[in-house]
Amino acid sequence: MLVFILRRLFQASLVLLTVGFIAFMLFQYVGDPVLNMLGQDATQEQKERLRADLGLDQPFPVQFAAFVGNAVQGDFGLSLRQGRKVSELIAERFPATLELALLAAVIALAVGIPMGVYAALKRGNVLSQLMMGFSLLGVSLPTFLIGILLILVFAVILKWLPSFGRGEVVAIGGWTTGLLTVDGWKHLVLPAITLSVFQLTLIMRLVRAEMLEVLRTDYIKFARARGLSQRSVYFGHALKNTLVPVITITGLQLGSLIAFAIITETVFQWPGMGLLFIQAVQFADVPVMAAYLCLIALIFVAINLAVDLLYFAVDPRLRVDRAGGGH
Amino acid sequence: MSTPWQRFFDSDVWFSFRTSPVAILAALVALLCAFCSLLAPWVAPFNPFDLAALDLSDARLPPAWSPEGKPQYLLGTDDQGRDILSALMYGARISLLVGLASVVLSVVIGVGLGLLSGFVGGRVDAFIMRTCDVMLSFPSILVALLIDGVGRALFPNAHETLAFAVLILAIAMSGWVQYARTVRGSTLVERNKEYVQAARVVGVAPWRIMFRHVMPNVMGPVLVLATIQVATAILTEATLSFLGVGVPPTSPSLGTLIRIGNDFLFSGEWWITIFPGVVLVMIALSVNLLGDWLRDALNPRLR
Amino acid sequence: MSTESPERPLLEVRDLVVEFPTRQGVLRALDGVSFSIAPGEILGVVGESGAGKSLTGASIIGLLEPPGRVAGGEILLEGQRIDKLPDEAMRKIRGRSIGAIFQDPLTSLNPLYTVGQQLIETIRTHLPLNETQARERAIRLLAETGIPAPEARIDQYPHQFSGGMRQRVVIALALAAEPRLIVADEPTTALDVSIQAQIISLLRKLCKVHGASVMLVTHDMGVIAETCDRVAVMYAGRVVEIGPVHDVIHCPAHPYTLGLMGSIPSMDGHSERLAQIDGAMPRLHAIPTGCAFNPRCLRATDRCRQHRPELMSAGPTRAACWIHADA
Repeated sequence: MLVFILRRLFQASLVLLTVGFIAFMLFQYVGDPVLNMLGQDATQEQKERLRADLGLDQPFPVQFAAFVGNAVQGDFGLSLRQGRKVSELIAERFPATLELALLAAVIALAVGIPMGVYAALKRGNVLSQLMMGFSLLGVSLPTFLIGILLILVFAVILKWLPSFGRGEVVAIGGWTTGLLTVDGWKHLVLPAITLSVFQLTLIMRLVRAEMLEVLRTDYIKFARARGLSQRSVYFGHALKNTLVPVITITGLQLGSLIAFAIITETVFQWPGMGLLFIQAVQFADVPVMAAYLCLIALIFVAINLAVDLLYFAVDPRLRVDRAGGGH
Repeated sequence: MSTPWQRFFDSDVWFSFRTSPVAILAALVALLCAFCSLLAPWVAPFNPFDLAALDLSDARLPPAWSPEGKPQYLLGTDDQGRDILSALMYGARISLLVGLASVVLSVVIGVGLGLLSGFVGGRVDAFIMRTCDVMLSFPSILVALLIDGVGRALFPNAHETLAFAVLILAIAMSGWVQYARTVRGSTLVERNKEYVQAARVVGVAPWRIMFRHVMPNVMGPVLVLATIQVATAILTEATLSFLGVGVPPTSPSLGTLIRIGNDFLFSGEWWITIFPGVVLVMIALSVNLLGDWLRDALNPRLR
Repeated sequence: MSTESPERPLLEVRDLVVEFPTRQGVLRALDGVSFSIAPGEILGVVGESGAGKSLTGASIIGLLEPPGRVAGGEILLEGQRIDKLPDEAMRKIRGRSIGAIFQDPLTSLNPLYTVGQQLIETIRTHLPLNETQARERAIRLLAETGIPAPEARIDQYPHQFSGGMRQRVVIALALAAEPRLIVADEPTTALDVSIQAQIISLLRKLCKVHGASVMLVTHDMGVIAETCDRVAVMYAGRVVEIGPVHDVIHCPAHPYTLGLMGSIPSMDGHSERLAQIDGAMPRLHAIPTGCAFNPRCLRATDRCRQHRPELMSAGPTRAACWIHADA
């Protein structure tokens, strides 16, 4: 088990290093790194000094090491567009994105899993067919269009909910949260639903497929042959086996939620990291892009690791050593 | 000896198709959209890019069935007086072309790398598979955004063709992994078979034989993956264009149209953004349905 | 010596017909299967793959997989019809009156629950025992099936047992609620040859001890010879011969049975080639008219090709063959 953790940590650091390398290439060679560090308004003198300081005449590995050193401390220079420190910008925006992503994940799980279970158990039912149709629609509707439609219905026509921004937020320490105010919640609803739809359909389809597979296994057949109750077979045996791979895949999806937030934040003008990133891409603001890339990689790697550990905790086959046990 | 056509019409796949009303409907819709959009210059009632023909007094007209609408502008006009229906057709054309091109590129890259990985093995295989793992853990939209952003930064005043090339590359890069893995799997299976070793002994280039034997095995799954990926590619392109980092503004795709129309949502001119949205969903839905049907039809276990 | 037991049979199957609607039309997988099992008796059901043995077992416990359905005939357990029972009533019978054992012990047990949890659950479903009593009973069952240190092993997971051990657990599970009949579908096929004998003798011993009858489905004549009291030979969805084991093996009355016995290599005697029956069992959509075996039978007559024979008396056994029509 310890070996496993060490091995995963090693792999994780390899991935981070690779991503860091790509980010470094971006930083140095796409555009001018001096500009990246100092911003557009630097004087010639400042640029010369920084060039020397940075040691741009230094050998490549040294420069890379310096970059990594800075990156680990969170220093990615200044944003080309806004002139402020990249790390500050990201820290400001992070809570908004995280709250949005978490709420979307909760919605996706809370709705997707029951729907998937129902669709698997009651195959051929009218409601199941509707659910499958809905899931097909969910995969065919791009996230931004869902956002636009929700805005059209709930903000423009019905005028029930607001359509942009975060509303009233409460600052606690370094964190700003919209969860403590009614206004904050009202602003959260539409973006969270928009963000959750894609995940929801994925989870629903996954749960349904997995459950159908499980229902075909020998141990379910044997459980039925032993006369166990319907409820016991479906929810005691089948569901538990279904959820094991589902929970782990869903954990991995949390990372992609944070990435998909880019689209949702654009549609709703939600002041999160995603919107920051899009503006950076539009502007070719390389330091922000590089920083976002590294941060996302870090989050992904951390989630992957957590999911692997979760698998360990949930599946006894991985946990206990195999015993011979005689004949 | 029956011809390939006879065999096709006799096969389970064709039977499955003609007895599935959903598949037929989806195919019809997809064909209709493809027809209208690819032949847009000839089929569309107006040319929305012909600035001379635009009449500003016709701007912001609702669809023809509304009281203020005009019959020649079936789905209304936008703020510049452009006919929405025509803009849809031209836009769909761009969307479809970009989508198809990126899938083709994706398949070529993916299948190629998969074959290489499976056949050569060793370090090359390990490297390619690691890359696949890393890429899989990143959502496709992010990969596409990054490549597009880098392209933008490297070539700030890009020629329109180059912009398209970067976009197609970006979308292709976000989807090749699934083909690589499938093909690699099949290649590994075939590589160990005796006829490959026999061919080696005789001196025939084994890769040629493998190609002939691996390809038929993987064509089924690759086709299913590719069909579904066309829908994903079209939606990815629409998303990128909506975000402003997709197709150049001179060749608006459906995503661009939606973005433009979004600004008019609050003033009540919903048709400018909704109709492109509907067409986009129709295309994606019918392609997805076709892909789903194809997967079930080609799945031996379900037959 | 009669071929039917004098007392009222425990299980009676009369003219069972099982159909599968397919694209090519409705296929009859079982076409008028009839036999009975007396209390405490072990009936072997032998035949090639595809002859319908497993389907017969599945129909009896009511777990026929759709689209298969029972299209005719009756199944009676202790004189009561069980083939048309509603789901809930059938569920009560499963496990309590009829137990089942399947082929692959590896996949018959739920990997996420301990052996004890699965045993206790089964016991408490059918018997009014509390947790402690059920646990004691489970430990006793494990001991009976020859699992060493059952108090410790009861809390282990299935993957911690070897194949043979797992099948013992499966047998314990099948016997947990003291059923009167056990349907064993190829219980040793997936096990090492060296363990097969142990498991079969265990099954036989336990069933005698608990007073359960067994319907032992297998393609292995050796197992039949060792274990069963009577045997039914199936071919193409029909019973072609049935009678006491000794008689069927040494004086087979049906040409197919004769061929089967002849194809078993013997240790004594010189044989150069392995005797085979020419041809193959017909596919379900191409079953010949009259006697299903007639294309491969060396003694087929026109009558065999036109009229299907029913089971008729043929000395100590009963066989479905026109040869014995005028006996």
